[in-house]
Amino acid sequence: MATIQPIAGELEPHPDVALVARVRGGDVSAYDELVRKYERQVFRIAQHITQNREDAEDVMQDAFLKAYEKLEQFQGNSKFYTWLVRIAVNESLMRLRKRRTGRMVSIDEDVETEEGSVPRDLADWAPDPEQNYTQAELGRILEKTIKGLPPGFRVVFELRDVQGLSTEDTAEALGLSVPAVKSRLLRARLQLRERLSRYFRRGKSRKQPAAKEPSAGKQPSAAEEPSAARELGAEQ
Amino acid sequence: MTCTEFLALLDDLIDDSVTPEMRLELQQHLGLCDHCVVTLNTTRKTIEIYRSHEIYDLPAGLRERLHAAIMARCKKGC
Repeated sequence: MATIQPIAGELEPHPDVALVARVRGGDVSAYDELVRKYERQVFRIAQHITQNREDAEDVMQDAFLKAYEKLEQFQGNSKFYTWLVRIAVNESLMRLRKRRTGRMVSIDEDVETEEGSVPRDLADWAPDPEQNYTQAELGRILEKTIKGLPPGFRVVFELRDVQGLSTEDTAEALGLSVPAVKSRLLRARLQLRERLSRYFRRGKSRKQPAAKEPSAGKQPSAAEEPSAARELGAEQ
Repeated sequence: MTCTEFLALLDDLIDDSVTPEMRLELQQHLGLCDHCVVTLNTTRKTIEIYRSHEIYDLPAGLRERLHAAIMARCKKGC
């Protein structure tokens, strides 16, 4: 099997650096590798912002095409993925603007909400509470819960906590300051925790939240989904 | 340390970016405050649950279709 041997004594660069160099040299198959490596993450970011599957598919496609087209502009002083996320976020916001007839949509405004800044539900959770739900039920609970957060919170939580980016890379990808990322992350974590407590608190029977929360037991209808306009309104 | 002060450092504690001295202060507060113990544990669990369940996954068929479309356009030079 052919392997690439690192040159002795040389620091190994991030694997994306070599892939980007190959793409610049005309090797489309190297771009294929980058697409496969990051398509899921880009799709999830687009879903978090647009809250619409079709839009997220379009954004994913457009973001990768735009990144390919603009690869010459990629300086290499930031990570390729951070640069790609920035393109995907901009594409997602453009898609939202189109849907909302040109209304400005931004994730870089600070979100004035006190919700979740002070924990109110202080009941402890059952041990491994997620095991009280089927995978499908759990998926719907997690989706419904994160949808209730403002888009700027969702995307910070996704990048930092789900995808594991550093605070600095998240800030760079979103065009936010480091303190803004930190502030959003804390509030996102606390708001999610507060909302999940309804399902996971100790002594909670799995039937109760399903009865209280209609979409926990079936596909959420459009009417049940939080209005994206309302969410964004919270940012104004 | 008050609960508000603890909360302000909650993320640093979760992300393991506190100094040993600060960690000691936080631990002392946790020894006295059940509410902050619950907040810390359930916040950690929240992150763990979201990290281990992909809520917006691309089905394989869709991945391939989107992937083929992207590559076809790239080969044409976009």
